[in-house]
Amino acid sequence: MSDLGISRSRGQELPKPPFRKRFFGSIPVSVTIYAIIVGLIAYGAYTGAQGMGYNWQWYRVPQFLYRNTEVGFEWGEIPIGLVATIKLSVTAFLLATAIGLLVALLRLSGLVIGSAVAVGYLELIRNIPLLVLLYLFYYVLGPIFGFDRYFASILTLAVFHSALISEILRAGINAIPAGQWEAAKSIGMSPYQTYLYIILPQSVRFMLPPMTGEVVHLIKSSAIVSVIAVAELTTFGRNIISDTYMSFEIWFTIALVYLVVTLILSIGVSHLEKKYAVDQ
Amino acid sequence: MTRPAPMIEVSNLDKFYGTFQALKNIDLTVHQGEKVVICGPSGSGKSTLIRCFNGLEWHNSGRLVIDGIEVYEGAKDIRELRQEVGMVFQQFNLFPHLTVLENLMIGPMKVRKIPKAQAEETARSYLDRVHIPEQADKYPAQLSGGQQQRVAIARSLCMETRIMLFDEPTSALDPEMINEVLDVMVELAETGMTMVVVTHEMGFARKVADTMVFMEAGQIVEISPPEQFFIQPSSERCRLFLDQILAH
Repeated sequence: MSDLGISRSRGQELPKPPFRKRFFGSIPVSVTIYAIIVGLIAYGAYTGAQGMGYNWQWYRVPQFLYRNTEVGFEWGEIPIGLVATIKLSVTAFLLATAIGLLVALLRLSGLVIGSAVAVGYLELIRNIPLLVLLYLFYYVLGPIFGFDRYFASILTLAVFHSALISEILRAGINAIPAGQWEAAKSIGMSPYQTYLYIILPQSVRFMLPPMTGEVVHLIKSSAIVSVIAVAELTTFGRNIISDTYMSFEIWFTIALVYLVVTLILSIGVSHLEKKYAVDQ
Repeated sequence: MTRPAPMIEVSNLDKFYGTFQALKNIDLTVHQGEKVVICGPSGSGKSTLIRCFNGLEWHNSGRLVIDGIEVYEGAKDIRELRQEVGMVFQQFNLFPHLTVLENLMIGPMKVRKIPKAQAEETARSYLDRVHIPEQADKYPAQLSGGQQQRVAIARSLCMETRIMLFDEPTSALDPEMINEVLDVMVELAETGMTMVVVTHEMGFARKVADTMVFMEAGQIVEISPPEQFFIQPSSERCRLFLDQILAH
């Protein structure tokens, strides 16, 4: 190498990065700073609650998770509410995906009327607040078409999230090169067969990350249906508080439950993504 | 001597993209078993022409009849036609989420509704014919370009096509892989398949072509048998083109 005149003697030191960067970049310092910030927030919350004379009663919380009574073990309100939330979210998500796929295909159909309908739908839904949409479905469309609050809340969530889901699906479908369409056409496949066997299976890996985000978003926004008293996690939390007045403990617990569920979901899907990435 | 039945009949065909005329007044007849090689500078409409032959593009006027089926936008039997007419693309366009074997089987199974066992048998026999039986369970991305293109040829053949169209099948390949694809195409030609090939591989053309077609600016400038085409083409433009691509 040296005869090329570009060699540098082995082990020659590069100038060190500035002290500031080395200090704040080191792991022990980062962890300490992080712990101090979290500690300050927790301490602030605690003393604030003390200051208003709040009476912490964490020992009363577990009974809302599970109970051991004379008849045996039974689940408390919070897990029951969680199951209801998951049911509601899954149903709404499936419906949202169906509507979203329909809207995406309309938009991709190449028909002027199809894409006009799709764009109109998207703009309408995206520009109405979720809460107002819920009121519309429950107080206006519900009585007109005769559906109950549970159905109204599923419809609201499905319609609201179908808008973003249709955009995710459309982007995923568009990410597949035109050559795939041509190859499928040239062996005589119909558009339906092409979508089913060629396009959608390849789109999945483009859609998976944003779809996970959308499911997480949906689970979180499902809490809003508590305003029309549909039985789910947040509603149960409100009920417990109105019985026990333990608003701090219960809201912290409910928030933690949502956090755990959505974190599990995100981690699970990121594993799935890695698997898909290997398969390709 | 009576010639075999015409498989492709093109008369007075025009094709426009907006106001740009991509194909002008094309007349061409390809008989059963005939091998036609189309060459010409880029942008001359070669690819557009053969893409019209299986309905990937639609012509705007004139007449196009393939194997007795009239081709036009909205023709009901266009999907039947595409099953008869195989197309091999420059970029292979294999289905990356399916194995090689599945790539070959999906058309016969889903379009022709052939039972799985039979489709697999056919697929394996065609993989043999393109000399890569050992790659059956790999994914396209694990194969070299030449192997991928041979899989693409086999995929078309699995549909039991009667006509094969090749759209610059070797242009995207590394030089050392061109021959393995051309060899497969020569073998295919020997089976009596009707073939229309857009290519600049003049060695292949000399070996295989029954008819040479030279296109420029959307028009067919010259149609002649290869012996005449390569020795004394009738048009000056065609002579210049051949001089350029045969210079090395």
